[in-house]
Formats: sequence, structure tokens, C-alpha cells
Amino acid sequence: MTQSAVQPTPASPTPPGGHLLDVRDLHIEFRTREGVAKVINGVSYHLDPGETLAVLGESGSGKSVTAQAIMGILDTPPAHITAGQILYQGQDLLTRSEEQRRQVRGKEIAMIFQDALSALNPVFPVGWQIGETLRQREGMSRADARRRAVELMDLVKIPAAAKRLGDYPHQFSGGMRQRVMIAMALALNPKVLIADEPTTALDVTVQAQIMDLLADLRRDLNMAMILITHDLGVVAGVADRIAVMYAGRIVEHADVRSLYRAPAHPYTKGLLESIPRLDVRGQALATIKGLPPNLMRIPSGCPFHPRCPYAQQVCVDEVPHDLVLGDGRTSACHFAQEVRDDSAR
Amino acid sequence: MFRFILRRLLQMVLAFFGTTLIVYALMFAGQGDPIQALAGERPVTAAQRAYLTEKYHLDATGVGGFFYRYLDYVKNLLQGDLGQSLTGRQIGDILQQAWPVTVRLALIALAVAILFGVTAGVIAGIRRASIFDNSTLVLTLLVLGIPTIVLAPLAQYFLGVKWQLFPPTAGAQPSLYALLLPGIVLGSLSLATALRLTRTSVAENLRADYVRTARSKGLVKRRIVSVHVLRNSLIPVITFLGVELGNLMSGAIITEGVFNIPGVGFNLFRGIRTEDGPLVVGIVSVLVVVYLISNLVVDVLYAVLDPRIRYE
Amino acid sequence: MSDFETVAATENQAARRGVSGEPGTPNQVGAPQKPRSLAGDAWRDLRRNPIFWISLGLVVLFTAMAAVPSLFTGNDPRDCLLSRQHAGPSGAAILGYDFQGCDVYARAVYGTRASLLVGALAALATGVIALLVGMLAGYFGGWVDAVLSRVIDIVLGIPLLLAAIVLLKRVSTSSDNVRLFAVIFVLAVLGWTTAARVVRSSVITAKEQDYVAAARMLGAGNGRIMWRHILPNALAPAIVVLTIALGSFIAAEATLSFLGIGLKAPTISWGQDIDTGRIHMRESATPLIVPSAFLALTVLAFIMLGDAIRDAFDPKLR
Repeated sequence: MTQSAVQPTPASPTPPGGHLLDVRDLHIEFRTREGVAKVINGVSYHLDPGETLAVLGESGSGKSVTAQAIMGILDTPPAHITAGQILYQGQDLLTRSEEQRRQVRGKEIAMIFQDALSALNPVFPVGWQIGETLRQREGMSRADARRRAVELMDLVKIPAAAKRLGDYPHQFSGGMRQRVMIAMALALNPKVLIADEPTTALDVTVQAQIMDLLADLRRDLNMAMILITHDLGVVAGVADRIAVMYAGRIVEHADVRSLYRAPAHPYTKGLLESIPRLDVRGQALATIKGLPPNLMRIPSGCPFHPRCPYAQQVCVDEVPHDLVLGDGRTSACHFAQEVRDDSAR
Repeated sequence: MFRFILRRLLQMVLAFFGTTLIVYALMFAGQGDPIQALAGERPVTAAQRAYLTEKYHLDATGVGGFFYRYLDYVKNLLQGDLGQSLTGRQIGDILQQAWPVTVRLALIALAVAILFGVTAGVIAGIRRASIFDNSTLVLTLLVLGIPTIVLAPLAQYFLGVKWQLFPPTAGAQPSLYALLLPGIVLGSLSLATALRLTRTSVAENLRADYVRTARSKGLVKRRIVSVHVLRNSLIPVITFLGVELGNLMSGAIITEGVFNIPGVGFNLFRGIRTEDGPLVVGIVSVLVVVYLISNLVVDVLYAVLDPRIRYE
Repeated sequence: MSDFETVAATENQAARRGVSGEPGTPNQVGAPQKPRSLAGDAWRDLRRNPIFWISLGLVVLFTAMAAVPSLFTGNDPRDCLLSRQHAGPSGAAILGYDFQGCDVYARAVYGTRASLLVGALAALATGVIALLVGMLAGYFGGWVDAVLSRVIDIVLGIPLLLAAIVLLKRVSTSSDNVRLFAVIFVLAVLGWTTAARVVRSSVITAKEQDYVAAARMLGAGNGRIMWRHILPNALAPAIVVLTIALGSFIAAEATLSFLGIGLKAPTISWGQDIDTGRIHMRESATPLIVPSAFLALTVLAFIMLGDAIRDAFDPKLR
């Protein structure tokens, strides 16, 4: 059972000028006293202007680490990028100098984080923090930066923005704090916005508001967005494509509709089946048995095989390559076809 | 902010009465002859006996009499009337002469702690686990482990007497240079503590989420460290140094005693040595007040520096 | 959906730490366990730490000196002759004689006992108070905790040296033994707060553990739970704090004796000898340097020992 063609995820055709952002075969390991954890093992994904890519996975699957590698804010040590490329507008960011990468941060690619309370500096007013980016990067005057900060806070729909400029992060509600984060990230009109679990720390109703805001902003400002989440429910209304990560690999990559209709990887299938459904009564909720692997001892072959209902001997022996299915989706499973057919039934 | 200060002020008033009551009770309650207790083994003249009886209202007896005497003592303390020492000098006058010297010494010590302690602490915190970091850890442990009664006389002997780099004693009107060695000795403990505190605080804050945010804003590293990290890390350090200034002023007993610096601590040192009870009680009372006030100032400082506390 | 997120997170932590067994019961320290427990990790780190061995060696040495001083010197520290005032080192006295003509080395050796006695008894008393207060406050919480925490705050707000001066002034004319116990009393009464806080927070942590809930469901009373389940958890951190405190108690005793309000002659104490040595340093420095070195080494030994143990048990400080 050897795969003849090994291709880097052609989920959509490469446009003539190349993708806006193109992560290729990224490998990252964490070297600690306890040993080496292989956190990212050959991740490839891309992003085109104006689209939203959702990166889905459990904690520890490497979705945030990949994003931090794109931003260039991984802590080295312990993180070491051992192989791969991160192409932004055709240029490999990993070969750039730290100063060149700093220029990209915020201006080209911006990022918002999960917990806005700890992600914002507790001792500076929010207006100051939003304005700091403008003052430091654009050389704006203090007054201009203030004015622009109010505009940005209006843009993310913070009520009475001008009055709240001098307030500190802890004086805002969770949702409002996340809006401050977003305003800060938008300060330099980035072309790519990476949202790392932007709603995880929030109440369900507030989650929906923030997701709507992000979707609106993405459309109005014509950005591309990478949405990192562990919540399939969040993804559905916002994303164009989904990349599912497991143990530092992309196991499935597809457009949202076909992935929801018929997942082609047992892991994705398991995730979808474990969502409570309103339309089916009295059905026991399915779960994925077992636990995610210890990244210092990743199982042989397919890393998912210990938890996989489809597992055969081949899964223990051989790492599955991305299998390109008919409609341009890929699945890193020896039995991708069968899984999809099962799911579609 | 205003309510915070008010509440804190109220707490301080309570603490003031609590502590002075304890000090007073310990000195006077339930003793056979309170006057002899004040004077220790020294003989007490009739004139002194009459003065002390009147001064402390020692003829008022019983629990009621005790509180009467206590309130009188507090009243005198608040009015700055500390009475006479057994040598017949006004304690208020003694303190008035001694304070400027003690404050100067404390400020030198604090400057030493800030200049070397905080700076080295920041460097050690940024370069954690480096040679610099590890050697400061060992050095500060040594400083923290060596008592002042060892450090002060040995510094005096080696640097003052043997190698003659500094004047070994300060004398009546100490110059800044004469205060330098005692200041370093006095400040060494604060230096070591400040260093360790700064190091931990900087190292912790460097790992904080907001640093990641600042990096993703594309700020230069120098700005992230010098504005974002330092502003947060220095909150506990500044608070510590504030408390320490209070401690330095009241804790200079050994250093001032050894180096013969005519400050408050030296007078207390001498009061203890000569068993001058009224002098000891007077100085200790004043130092307790200084200590309480410096704690209050520090708490307010904390609130000014940390908005999370300010708006509680 | 959020369920596997949490499960995954705990599993990750468990994997990272290699957790098994609860943190730090002292009798686990040496036990050869197959999976690396926190105590096992700590012991492995300690064994490779030279500071730990040096400080442990010094502690053993000084303890022996305090117990059997005649093992270390044949001379009588109270055998003083003014005729040999400040005489240099000789076969009879290897470090010479002091101002009073006493053997400098013999006095330093015999001074160990008072220092260690005060330090150890004060640490013991502190430990009892701290365990009692910390366990009560941590275990019962509520108003008990509120009251005890305020008491801790107040005691913590009292400047130790000043309070000791006032307290000890009252016994300045009493006999040796009374003064010895007064010094211990003062140090314990003013010095228990840090340890009590440490005990309190480890009790609060232990209280939340599943096995405590299990014990309670099985019908164990408060007393039994505290004795069997909570105390062992609070003991290790308390011992670390008390080891460091022992060092600072020795320093504090020496300071009080130096000031002339702690131990007095005929009790031999380093603090007093340092004071006498300091006054006569221009004639001869040895009587100052020798007790200073003994005192500094003893204090350092305990502080470094406690520091090394704490570092080993609290790896996040590294």
C-alpha cells in the first residue's frame, strides 16, 4: 500500500502569483529537559486574499504553534523550527532577518489571542495600547494616535469609545476586552488576521457576537483570516475551508460544506459525531475513545491509529500520505475513501 | 482611589494604637518597680524617680490607671513630647539631631540597592540560567546569609582599618564619604533582596501573555522589555524598596552603632547599652510610627502603580 | 466538545510532569520509585547539587560541635588569663588568645551550643505555632481563617528587632536560663508568620484533593483527616521554611546578644564575642574574625540547605 504521488495539499489551485500565505512542510520541535517533543510534523496549508481558513484541533495538536511560527513569536528555546517554509507573498519568512520579520508583524499579519485579559498589558489604558502600535510603527503623533484609536474602537463597536480610551483592561467585560484586542490588531490594516481561539474564554452569547464581528470585519476590510479553534460549531458559519490538525499534522483539509457533509478522516468523523444534534432524538452521543498522544512518543504509522475504529495493520506500519480525493480535498488516512463513503451514507 | 486611601489610613490608626499599646504594656505592665525596670541595673536618683513618676503618671495604678497612663503617653507622643532621657537631655532634641544623619545613611543604602540590585536583577531576569544569573544567585545567597553583625565589623576592619580605603568610623559630623561604607553595608541586604525580587519578577513577566501580544504588534525588543515588562515587573520591586526605606531608617541600629554614626539607631544602640529606658521607649515609639507611615505610603504607591488595585 | 479539550489539557500536563503520587511527603524522598514522582525528581536534583552537600556537611559538623564540643578542642573556653591577652597562635591555642586571654578557637567551638540551641528550639516552637495556626486557618476557612490571617498580618507588621528590644529589656536582670528562654520565646512569637502562611496555603491545596473528599465520604472526622491526610502534605514545605528560619533565628540571637540584650556571660555566645572582638579589633583581629566566621558559616549552612531543598521541590522557580 504505497502512495505513488506525494503532493502538498492542493485543496484549491495555486493562483498565478502564488498564495498570499503558504506554509510548506513545517516541522517544529520543543527541546526540553524531559526530552524532545515533536510538536509540528510536516504541516502545510495556505491562505488566499479574502478567504477564511479554519484550523481545527484539540489543544496540543499544534494549531497555535503553527500560527505563532507564522508570526515569528515562538520562544526559541524551547521551540526549534527544523524544516519547512512559510511563504508570505512569495517570500520565505523563515529566511528573513528578525528586523524584517518585525516589519511584517502587525502590518502584514496581525494576531489576536484567546484570553484578552492576560493578552493585554494590565497597567496601561486600552487607548494607549491601541495607539502604541500607531505611534511606534507609523510614527504618529500622540493626538493622532488617540483619534485613530477611537475610530478603531468604534469600528469594533465598543460603545462610548472616546470615554473608555483611558480605562484599563480589567475594567472591561470579557467581550469588550476581546474587541479591544481586535481593534489593536486592526490598527495597521493587516492583510492577514490570525485569530487564535478568539471566543474560547467567552460566554456563548458573546461568542456569537465576536464571531459575527470578525466575519463582518474580514469582509469589510477585505482581509484574509486564519481562525484557530477547537470548536466545530464556531467554524461552520464563518470559514471557507477547514484544516483539521492532529498530533502536529493536518489530517484532513476540505471546504466547509463537503467536510460537514462527509468527513473523510476517522478523526474528523469522530469530532462531528460527538457534537450534540438537535434533530436526532434519543441517540447516544459518540465519543472518540482514548487520549491525544504524548508528543514525545508519537505512535508509529498513523498517529491516530490507537484511537481509530478503522485501524488495520497498515496503519501501525505506515504513515499515511495525503490522499487527494475527487473534489480536491485531502485526507491523511489509508482508508479515506471508505471513511468518506461511510460518512456520506 | 480616595476610598482606598481612607480605608488604609483607618487601618493605620488602628495599627498605631495596637502597636503602641503593646510597646507600652510591655514596658510598664505588671512590674514590681517600673522605674527600676526603665533604668535597668543603674542606680536611680531621687530626682529621676520623681521625674519619671510624674512623666509616666506612675502614681496612677490599676487597669484604669494603666489606660490613663497609656493615653497620656500617646498624647505626648503625638505632640512630639518624648520626655527626657536618664541623662537629662530632651529625647525630642536628640532625635532632631539624629534624623538627618539617619535619613542620609538610609538614602545611600537605598541608592546602592537600586543602582546595583535592580539593574543586576533586570539583567539576570532577562538572561535567566546564564552565568551572570547563576553567579548573582550564589552571591545574593551569601549576602542574605551573612548577618549584619558579621558584615559591619568585618567591613570596618578590612576596608577601614587594615586597607584604609574608607574612614573606619564616621564621627560627629559625618561627611558623605564617611557614610559610604556604612551605607553599602546597610544596603547590601536590601540589594540582595531587591536583586532576587527583580529577577523573579522580570523573568515571570517576560513569559506573560501581554509580551506575546506586544511582539505580535511588531514592537522592537528593547521597547517591549523597557516599557511593557519593566513597568509591570517594577511594581513589586518599588513596593519592596518603599517598605525597605522604613526598615533602613529603623534598622540601622547595628550599622550606626558599629560605625559610630550619630543617627537614630546609634542613639537606640547607646540607650540599650547604657540601659536608658526612657530613651529606648521614646525612640522605639517613634520608629514604630515611622514604620507604620512608610507602610501606608507604600500601599498608596502600590495603588498608584497598579491600576488593578486602584479601582478595586 | 469542550470535554475532550479539558481531558486533553490535563493529560498533557500529566505527561509533562510525569505525575504520580502527591507532592512532597518527606518519607517519599529517598524511596526508589519507578515513575518519576515529584519527590523522586527533587531528590535526584538534590543529589547533584553541590550546595546541598556542602551545607548539609556544615550542619552536621556544627551539630556535632554543639553536642560534644570537647571533641573539637581540648581547651577550656573559660580558662582565661589576662597575662596572655591577645597572644598569637601557639601549640596551646591554635588561633591565639583574645582580650581577656581566653582561647579564641575554644570559645568559638563552645559558642556553637547556645546558638544552635536557641535556633533549633525557636524553630521548633515556630513550627508548632505555624502548623497549628496554618492548619486551623487553611482547613476550616471562613471566619477562623479571617481572624487568624489578620493576626498574621499584625504580627508581620511588627518590626522584629524593635519588638525584641522592648520584650527583652524586661528580663535584662534575670538569670541565664530565663534569658535563654526569653530569647527563644521572642523569636518564636515574632517569627512564626511566614511558616504559618506556607502551611495555610499547602493545607488549602491538600484540602481540595480527591483523596481528602474520599476520606470524608468514608466517614473520617476532621481530626483524623487533618492528622492523616493534611498534615503530611503541609509538613514538607513547612520544614523547608523552618530550615531557613533556623538560620535566621541564629543570626537574630547573635544580633541580640551583640546588642547586649540577648545571652550574657557566663553563657558563651558568638554575638557577644563578636562585639568584644570588634571593640579591640585594632589590637588583634582574630578574636573578631573567628566567631564571625563560625556564625556566618552556620547561618549560611541552614539558609543554603533550605534554599537547595526548596529549589528542588519547586522547579518552576528555576
